[in-house]
Formats: sequence, C-alpha cells, structure tokens
Amino acid sequence: MHSSPLATANQPAHENPALLHHFATEEQQKNAASLGMWVFLATEIMFFGGMFCAYLIYRYWYFGDFGAGSQSLSVPLGGTNTAVLICSSLTVALAVRAAQLGKPTTIVVCLILTMLLGLVFLGIKGIEYHDKFVEHHVPGASFNFPGHIPGHPDVPINQQHAQIFFSLYFIMTGLHALHMIVGVGLFAVITYYAMRKRYGPHYYTPVEMAGLYWHFVDIIWIYLFPLLYLIDRHK
Amino acid sequence: MSEHVSSLILYIAIWIALLAGTLLTVLVAGIDLGPFNAVVALTIATIKATLVVLFFMHVKYTHERLTKVVIVSALFWLAILLALSMADYGTRLWS
Repeated sequence: MHSSPLATANQPAHENPALLHHFATEEQQKNAASLGMWVFLATEIMFFGGMFCAYLIYRYWYFGDFGAGSQSLSVPLGGTNTAVLICSSLTVALAVRAAQLGKPTTIVVCLILTMLLGLVFLGIKGIEYHDKFVEHHVPGASFNFPGHIPGHPDVPINQQHAQIFFSLYFIMTGLHALHMIVGVGLFAVITYYAMRKRYGPHYYTPVEMAGLYWHFVDIIWIYLFPLLYLIDRHK
Repeated sequence: MSEHVSSLILYIAIWIALLAGTLLTVLVAGIDLGPFNAVVALTIATIKATLVVLFFMHVKYTHERLTKVVIVSALFWLAILLALSMADYGTRLWS
C-alpha cells in the first residue's frame, strides 16, 4: 500500500481516508462509482434519444420546413459554441490528468477554465435565444416565420410545421443547456474541494465522474449542432 | 493505482481533431451532396463522439468490461428506439 498525503496523525499512514469502509480496495470503490456513472449516462442516452427520435420523424415528414427553420439559426454562433465545448472537454481531461499526476494547482486552473468555457457557451446560447424571441421565432401565439422553403421559391413555409422545428430546437438545446448548468454547478463544488487539496493520484473519483458527465454533454452537442444548424445549408 | 495516464500530446491531438471535424462539418454542409449531406454530417459527428469516448472518457484504457457492456447496451437500445419508430413513421407516407 501507498501512503496518502491526506493521512492525519490519528490515522495509520497506510490507509487512504477516502476509502469507504464497505469497499475492500480503492480500485473496487472507483470501479463501483465508474459503473454507476456509466449506467446513469446510459439512461441519459435514452432520455435524449426520445427527443432525437421525435426530431428524426418530423424532419423526415416536414423536411422543407425544417430546412427553412435551420437556416434561420446562426452557424457562426453555433459553430463557436461547438468549439467552446470541445475546448472545455479538453480542460476537463487535463484536470483529470493533473489529478492523476498529483498537481493540485493545475486541477484548480483547469476546472476554473472549464467553468468559464461553460459560461461562455451559455452566454452565446442566451444571445441566440434572445435573437429568436426578437424575431418571433418562438412557438406560440406571436409565432411568425415568413418565407419559402429552401430550393422551392413558390412553396411558402407551413407555420405549424416550422413551429415543430422550433419547439424541438428549444427543447433539445434547452435541456442541453440545463445539463450544462448542472455541470458548472458540479465543477464549482469540485473546484472548492480541489482548492482544499482533496484530490491527488490516490483519490480523484469525483473529478473523473464529473468529467464523464461533461464529456457526455459535449457529445450531445456534437450531434445537435449538425442536426439543428446545418439542414440543407447549400440551398 | 495502476491508472493509465495519457500523454499531453495525445490530448492536444484529439482536441485538434475535434476542432478540425467541426470545421469540416460546416464546410461540407455548404456543398450539395443530396441525401448524403446528412450521412456525411452524422458520420463526422460519430467519429468525433467516438474520439471523445475512447480518449477523453478513457474507455480505450479501461479494464472494466462492464463499462463496455453498458455502453454497447445503451447504443443498442437507442438503435431499437430509432429503427422501430422509423419503421412505422417512416413508411406511413408510402401508400
């Protein structure tokens, strides 16, 4: 066994204080946490999967209206947000690596960068939502989306079908944003403990589990970006 | 602990690959490939997601087979959801 940097005077030096009494070894404890997190992510895949399924059906039925709706979204803002999320995934991966290598200051710096990038994403998302409200592209009584279907100048946009696109847009990106807010909250707590030097090579499970969650949210956006922003862009 | 520690260069390489994939998706969307626009976009997205899962989420280095079982099961259930739903809704307009 190794010696833990967290061991205090009244604990034997060979015992890791992070090891809970109902686990035999640190590895078993870590594997249990990891499996639990992956099962949770599997339920998240089904959660988002239902919305992706609804999206797929309506995109297939009302492709022209979805194309028109998609082209009213901003590719520069959506693309920037994709890049911001990818950068935040890197900083999370580097935070886990810093924990593995026992560099507490680097953990804190990487986690703060992750939270900042997460907030930048949410800020840009807020600007996009604001634009949609101003343009009356939010489904409801004041919905107004004039124009024609891309590639068909004589076919006007069906207002009902376009509202389905924007409903899916707001629900999918909204739930994604909610996951981002939860992620930033998780990292705020973990950063607090990282500042108190709780994490090191012998115990960094919370950093890694929150990292798994953050990477998952990144993957959802990797699919949302082309599906929502890039329909029929060439027309 | 016998945890695998990936090199900094690998993380940077994956990061650049993900950014390049994003740029490629945007550029390809401007070219008319007919129905293959969606195929190409989803293929790039799946490659990016696979890179994240294998390297950022460390699945490539895990010795725990249960993790892989959970991932494959989740994707299998998702495939059932999408395939059976589209087998119904996708064919209703065929008559």
